[in-house]
Amino acid sequence: MSLLEIRDLRANAGDKEILKGISLTVNAGEVHAIMGPNGSGKSTLAQVLAGHPSYEVTGGSVRYDGRDLLDMEPEERAQAGVFLAFQYPVEIPGVTNAYFLRAAYNEIRKARGETELDPIDFYDLLEEKLRVVQWGPEIAARAVNAGFSGGEKKRNEILQMAVLEPKLAILDETDSGLDIDALRIVADGVNALRAADRSMIVVTHYQRLLNYIVPDYVHVLADGLIARSGGKELALELESRGYEWLTGVEATA
Amino acid sequence: MNGTWQDDFKAMVAGRVPGWLPALRQAGMSRFEQEGFPVSRDEEWRFTPIAPISRGVFQPATSPGVVFPRDEAEALAYGPESWPQLVFVNGRFAPEISNTPALPAGVVVLSLAEALARRPELVEPHLGKHVTVEATPFTALNAAFIQDGAFVLVPEGIELATPIQLCFVMTGDQHERVTHPRNLIVIGERARATVIESYHGTGGREDGTRGGPFTAGRPDLPPSRPPAYLTNAVTEVVLGAHAWLEHSRIQRESESAYHIAFSHVHQAEESHYRSFSLAMGAAISRHNLHTRLGAPETEALLYGLSIAEGTQLSDHHTAIYHDEPNCRSWEVYKAILDGESRGVFNGKVFVTPEAQKTDAKQTNRTLLLSERARVDTKPQLEIFADDVKCTHGATVGYLDDLPLFYFRSRGMPEDRARKLLTYAFAAEVLDEIQVPEVRKALDAVVRGRLGVAS
Repeated sequence: MSLLEIRDLRANAGDKEILKGISLTVNAGEVHAIMGPNGSGKSTLAQVLAGHPSYEVTGGSVRYDGRDLLDMEPEERAQAGVFLAFQYPVEIPGVTNAYFLRAAYNEIRKARGETELDPIDFYDLLEEKLRVVQWGPEIAARAVNAGFSGGEKKRNEILQMAVLEPKLAILDETDSGLDIDALRIVADGVNALRAADRSMIVVTHYQRLLNYIVPDYVHVLADGLIARSGGKELALELESRGYEWLTGVEATA
Repeated sequence: MNGTWQDDFKAMVAGRVPGWLPALRQAGMSRFEQEGFPVSRDEEWRFTPIAPISRGVFQPATSPGVVFPRDEAEALAYGPESWPQLVFVNGRFAPEISNTPALPAGVVVLSLAEALARRPELVEPHLGKHVTVEATPFTALNAAFIQDGAFVLVPEGIELATPIQLCFVMTGDQHERVTHPRNLIVIGERARATVIESYHGTGGREDGTRGGPFTAGRPDLPPSRPPAYLTNAVTEVVLGAHAWLEHSRIQRESESAYHIAFSHVHQAEESHYRSFSLAMGAAISRHNLHTRLGAPETEALLYGLSIAEGTQLSDHHTAIYHDEPNCRSWEVYKAILDGESRGVFNGKVFVTPEAQKTDAKQTNRTLLLSERARVDTKPQLEIFADDVKCTHGATVGYLDDLPLFYFRSRGMPEDRARKLLTYAFAAEVLDEIQVPEVRKALDAVVRGRLGVAS
């Protein structure tokens, strides 16, 4: 059975229609890459799936794990296993990473009817998860993303993903602003989290990330619609030919 | 003005005091008789209507109807039992529930009444010299009724490891009563100390979030009725050269009480003063904190936090006097306002022509949790030197949507996400408290008030 079924999804930002009828099916364990030039709607798709309040869904449907995803609050989506790694993670001075991660982890456990972990047990879990992104324990005491470099913020997103163990992880331009070393750490983290019961949607502008996170399928968005779908070789083709042969839009760096 | 203040002044028991004190009291009373209470036309009181105080009748506080229990006093401490704690119940020192462990030689921690009786020569050089009877009508009234409070003296060169706690409690039976706590804190040259000055009401809500635990109240009042009393406090702080003081001030009065306070700090060369002022209680509260950077290379760091809900009004007025060159002041005041509450902030910075190379930064930020809450904020910088760096900024706003969505996208329900972000707003100033135990204790107080689990 498919985990995610998007049918003719339309969404606006203010008065402007950004998504103009997206249809996409993601099965358990699959990794789908969503590529496309700036303004094609790929980040909007990621954010709409997570329930971002800036977008208004105007049509279509999204079934997730047998439920109507669009009818769920952002926290209900997270509790049901949806995770969005933000393109621009938010800085929260005043709340430590450890507190935030434990609070989120326990909310999700609570929603599933599981017992919450106390700080000591959670810390053991966190130590193990920190290895996924090759981090030491010192990061736990720092405030969430506050003063983090671009690379640290993206690593922190992957750390959250490792702790929250989603069924559907949506990575929104997780490669943007990363140098090659940071990209490798982040990609290794993501690969370590690939699993038969975990699907991923990897939104990226560049093919570069897909050298590290190899997708099962590639979809190219243009002007709010899927212009083309294919296997991983489609990404390579885009790399050599640019977006314009598919979209008529000049690819911009 | 009704006659009760004069009557109470005449009826006041002189006590065992040095010969110069009655003159100070009389000066205070005379000044108050001339001035009367401020009215709303007074610029300094424009946003803080004190009619409930000026029209009210407040009798002098009495000793409590029931003995204030020691364990309740201990519950009002902000550190371990080994720390000294002077407890004042209804304005008078309560030695039987205070904690006075041995301190390094020369350190004096006494009630002001005791200090006036036993060590007046230590008090006289400072008392009334920094907060004068002219400062406000309330400081005049405080001087008129000087009876008790705390006296702390840390002599030259002593670095005091344990913070000193000054804890003022009003019991539930003090409806329409008044106290005038008077504190004097003297930190000698190169001495180092931490002082925690706290004001608590008992009675009213039993959950302890406002005024602390309920204590047996007046039988004629329903037990849930919080007492509407007046605290009119004055604190004078004197820092010697190279002295270091962290001064936390915690206002958790009964939710119907009125709390008016004036603190003045006088700083000598290269002294360092840092303050944290937390205001959570009282129907109307006003704290003036003035510091005079009276010698070169001194530094003052002022942090403040108001948390108000319902119809509470919380007012912070600060004034920093940059009299001399190469001084630095850094000020961050925040307010979290819910319901129909009101916040007031006024931040004055005066830079004299001599005070070149002044570095002064003032920040005031208000978080509104309700559309009916409001704040009046006013920076007031008067700069007469040309080679200075003085900045100020004020922001007022609601919680941002983006952090809220970020938290919710991690599984946190909206209500919890809002509370956590509200706490995060407060945490930025809480984090500035240097003594870890104090920071932790106040963090717990703020978390409790905002409904955020630790």
